[in-house]
Amino acid sequence: MSTLTGQMTRSFRFVQRFDWRKNIIYVGFVVVLILFAVFLGDSGFTTANNLLNIARQTATISIMAVAMTFVIATAEIDLSIGSVAGLSSVVSALALSSYGLVAGILAGLLVGLVVGAVNGGLVALLKVPSFLVTLGMLGLVVGLARWITASAPVPIADDIFIQTFGGGDVAGIPSLLIWAVVIVALGAVVMNKTKFGRQVRATGGNTQSAMFTGVNTARIKFYVLMLSGVVAAIAGMLYAGRLQSGRFQWGTGDELSVIAAVILGGTSLFGGRGAIIGSLFGALFIGLVNNGLILAGLDVSQQQVVRGAIIIVAVALSSKKVSR
Amino acid sequence: MSTTPVLAVEMTGITKAFSGVPVLREVGFELSVGEVHALAGENGAGKSTLMKILQGVYQRDGGDVKVAGELVSLPDTFAARSAGIGMVFQEFSLIPTLTVWENIFLTAEPMGRFGLINDSLAREKAEAIFSDMGVSVDVTAQLENLPTALWQLTEIAKALAQNARVLIMDEPTASLAKHETNALFELIERLQARGISIIYISHRMDEVYRVADRITVLRDGRNALTAKLSDVTPAQIVAAIVGREMSGIMAHEDRSAQISKEAVMTVTGLASGKNLSNITFDLHRGEILGLAGLMGSGRTELVNTLFGIDRATAGTITMNGTTVSIRNPKHAISLGLALIPEDRRAQGLVLEHSVQENITLPLLDELKSGPLLGNAKIFARAAEIIGKFSIKVADQTMPVSKLSGGNQQKVVIGKWLGTDPDILMMDEPTAGVDIGTKKEILAMVRQIADDGKAVIIISSELPELLSVSDRILVLRDGEVIRDLARADIPSEEFLQLAVQGA
Repeated sequence: MSTLTGQMTRSFRFVQRFDWRKNIIYVGFVVVLILFAVFLGDSGFTTANNLLNIARQTATISIMAVAMTFVIATAEIDLSIGSVAGLSSVVSALALSSYGLVAGILAGLLVGLVVGAVNGGLVALLKVPSFLVTLGMLGLVVGLARWITASAPVPIADDIFIQTFGGGDVAGIPSLLIWAVVIVALGAVVMNKTKFGRQVRATGGNTQSAMFTGVNTARIKFYVLMLSGVVAAIAGMLYAGRLQSGRFQWGTGDELSVIAAVILGGTSLFGGRGAIIGSLFGALFIGLVNNGLILAGLDVSQQQVVRGAIIIVAVALSSKKVSR
Repeated sequence: MSTTPVLAVEMTGITKAFSGVPVLREVGFELSVGEVHALAGENGAGKSTLMKILQGVYQRDGGDVKVAGELVSLPDTFAARSAGIGMVFQEFSLIPTLTVWENIFLTAEPMGRFGLINDSLAREKAEAIFSDMGVSVDVTAQLENLPTALWQLTEIAKALAQNARVLIMDEPTASLAKHETNALFELIERLQARGISIIYISHRMDEVYRVADRITVLRDGRNALTAKLSDVTPAQIVAAIVGREMSGIMAHEDRSAQISKEAVMTVTGLASGKNLSNITFDLHRGEILGLAGLMGSGRTELVNTLFGIDRATAGTITMNGTTVSIRNPKHAISLGLALIPEDRRAQGLVLEHSVQENITLPLLDELKSGPLLGNAKIFARAAEIIGKFSIKVADQTMPVSKLSGGNQQKVVIGKWLGTDPDILMMDEPTAGVDIGTKKEILAMVRQIADDGKAVIIISSELPELLSVSDRILVLRDGEVIRDLARADIPSEEFLQLAVQGA
């Protein structure tokens, strides 16, 4: 009897001590996966093809979520990533058709580098809130992308570009997935095992303390925002490669999915934490929900409503701090 | 190793002025190797300026600093740290979201292969530091999940990891429980035995006697006393802290005729968690009740509990004959209480808003014309309060941020008096204002009490408390240890000794 009570107390303590904020995403991911497998198994949810599809569709979100995790860990935000992806896709496509493969890739990356550096410079040097800087940048960059293309798509014919960026396979594995796995792995190592990652979390955890300890917090903020721009540019080229064209619409609205993925993954909007693997699962979770809702036969408007509600609930759960 | 003992720190003829006002005048300070040297003085005596010069935060105007026998210039905090000066107990050097070992090695992580941090080595080193210190701490725990005492140990470990030879501890026991304080003192002895020198800033006389070898007292930016603790009495130390001359403007006015027999509030056996226990006192109409005590003695917690911010866990509060249980600040306001908090900038004022908006914020219900706010009413009401307390403001629509600190404080007081409370509580109302404004604020407090209100006032500055209070409660460790009528306090020294529990 007493051992039973002991066990119950122990498991109760476990429930109390379990860090919901950190781990809700894994619980949610498994629960939704099982639910969809049970209810949508007949609609083809569990086929290897469909699961691969989910992974492929969420690859760009996952990649951008890695960079966003760094940004949010410093308690900043980057709203311009979706439009940077769009601009990089068109600039890259234009340069590709005029000057060849290398120029195309460099031009795309340069877009991210420049926009990211401007964002970072304004935030780090002029202390303008990143929310405002990147909100303004969002509009500016979309406008630029429409302007230089007259809002028209720019087709891409270069096979190597398409193969490298999202269109092809390597030994049967879609290159998109390879990109995602490599960037997530890099991000996780940098966040957890390098001085830079440590200083990123220190900057967001308590900027003043970090400064007193000798962390150059302004430089850290500059770097993470620049990094975010570059990664968004890579995501833009992945869109361009997969869809064989550059378009200003590529990436539109992605910033919201990316931020949701990061928060779902257990990274706090207040900074100081950065869960890269969590962000990956956050992105996969959103992809899973999108896919499941389509298979369930909901139309686009219904999907939007349900998706929004699921994200609100999940984010609320993941930011809830269970009292100790 | 030279045969003559080298001083760990030697500061001579240090001068420093802020915008022309001298804060340190030819101050000297020395610290032997392995010594614990206490540093004392009233607020504004220059202690923290002197320590900030040693830490490289401020640059001295004149004088020399030697660390371990060598002249150093200390242009910034990094230079001070590499000279071996470590500051502990400034909470702002730790990151709550990182683990203990991550904090200890932040910016100085032991590196392994491929430019990656060697986690296991860092953890081992952190554990080694703690075991040298003779304490056991889970170095992988996230700091925000640990109690304050462990934050302090982490600070010490961090300083030691940076090879600090001199530690500056500023009121290290302020937030510690008794057994944690004892553990800290034992740690200090072990550090001393290893040749670490410690500058110990504290107002607590018993602690100073227990832990320190020598004491230096500063007063008005000058050296007032340096002595071995075995050679001085607490009374001598207090005399050095206070100085002989009592400033005339701080004279006490006898107001006993104004105080009514009738108690507006009776508190019996009040407790709040671990912060307060068995608090009992009466408060009379027209009375100014001073709360004296060191930081962490429970002064702020007491007014916060009376105002419903902290929860009362035992005891009763009776107001005007009925027992009340104060649920939250809104409830407290409806019962006729008002609290002017310590950090007025953070808690008492909306700085970007106008003087007028700030003053009328608690009065909006009474200033409505129908569903909308009546501009004329607001203007008139604000003008009335501004005039009554002679707040110096050219235009009541200008933002509060443009006013001087003293006038900001008057706006806060005016704001709460607008609600016509029976009991006004003020936490450090004169912090950071100049002496002239201080005098005006104290006159304002007397005027409020003369109008028949009861006032509870907290101040760390004893001359000010003695000047304005009709009665003084001395708190220590969350309990009232003395309840003194003003007439029974012969001198500031007497009160100072009571506060420090010597």
